[in-house]
Amino acid sequence: MTEEIAGDQKVMGRFRVNGDEHHVAYAPHKTLLEVLREDLDLPGTKHGCELGECGACAVLVDGVPTLSCLLLGLEATEREVLTVEGLADDARLHPLQAAFADLGGSQCGYCTPGVLVTAKALLDETPKPTREQIQEALAGNLCRCTGYLQIFEAVEAAAEECAP
Amino acid sequence: MTAYLRPTSLDEALALRAAHPDYAVVAGGTDLLVGALERPAPAGVLDVFGVAELVGITPGPREALTVGAATPYARLLESPRIRTTLPMLHTCVREIGAAQIQARGTLGGNAQTCSPVGDTLPVLLALEAEVELANQAGRRRLPFAEFVTGYRQTALAADELIVAFHFPAGLSRLRQHWRKVGTRRAQAISKVMLAAVASLDDGTIASPRVAFGAVADRPLRIQSVEAALAGRPPSLGLADEAAALLEQAITPISDVRSSADYRLQVAKNMLHRWVASLVD
Repeated sequence: MTEEIAGDQKVMGRFRVNGDEHHVAYAPHKTLLEVLREDLDLPGTKHGCELGECGACAVLVDGVPTLSCLLLGLEATEREVLTVEGLADDARLHPLQAAFADLGGSQCGYCTPGVLVTAKALLDETPKPTREQIQEALAGNLCRCTGYLQIFEAVEAAAEECAP
Repeated sequence: MTAYLRPTSLDEALALRAAHPDYAVVAGGTDLLVGALERPAPAGVLDVFGVAELVGITPGPREALTVGAATPYARLLESPRIRTTLPMLHTCVREIGAAQIQARGTLGGNAQTCSPVGDTLPVLLALEAEVELANQAGRRRLPFAEFVTGYRQTALAADELIVAFHFPAGLSRLRQHWRKVGTRRAQAISKVMLAAVASLDDGTIASPRVAFGAVADRPLRIQSVEAALAGRPPSLGLADEAAALLEQAITPISDVRSSADYRLQVAKNMLHRWVASLVD
């Protein structure tokens, strides 16, 4: 069945974000990035270029790294969205977060949420990635502080930590 | 008011396309949503991403392949058939954006936008792909070269959708070459792209097909170069000749990403290197 939505009024949508169900009113022209930050009160995902170039807004949609600035909120309803807020287990950091903190993988921190979720998708798929696989997986996430080495080392350390 | 329509079958999509020919068709949105706020909103959006009949990679006889128009690039990268039969397409797609863009970008979206810098378009030209279009009355197929009619202009009628791309049989026997030059490999819009194929037949070049992107108002086959290469043995002299012919055939421009002079020189170098690489 075709779904038809008029754009001039708010609509109700069900979003599953970080395991929680949200039923919210939002403007249907908004990107997922805007819905997350403005309607779901989840500002961990960052506005970067809004042109699909920097990766700061990356989230996982059904486990797949996706730029939330290039996805309408409408297209993400009824799907599993994971943002950086969903990585930690209460007060216990995800091994990626702990490794980034320990090894200087995050400096100004603006790219970090997008990098972390993209790296999580890599480790979910490839638990023991090579350096080259890490580089390719994170090629869409620009970082202007670290020079990337600390990021790659942190992902490698987290992979060790996660390995059975 | 902007309406958003999300059909779940091709029949529904075609009915909606006929009813709303002025709506923007979106198949991934990696182009449409870039800078969307700076442009007037379209009358509506017809979202065909995920429509099942538009997704998939279907083998045909003798390694022919059909790729659904809304198949995400990530699916092409996972496909052993694409890697072995269309290695040039595989290499090209691997350099489009990065993983996040590859999860959403599609051949159909790239073709319909028909930007001069659409990365896959020279590949479709060089591989002599056919594009299949559908409306409620039926389907038609045309060579991709005929589909491209001008700057961001295509032969797509207002009631049609792109449904698939057909790659002919026997392509894996050709030497396929893809090269793009940009600021960096990932996440950078190309400055110049070359898609070239040929086979070597008793030491002479056969079936040469040379297509460039970002050197004219549209992606372009360079027929003068192809004619000069066909039936001749590759040599550095032939590479020089091809590069000189190329200069007459293209009209690169200067913009924020590069200058006309740079694009011309790089395009000639890319072609020269490819022809030289055919020398054993």
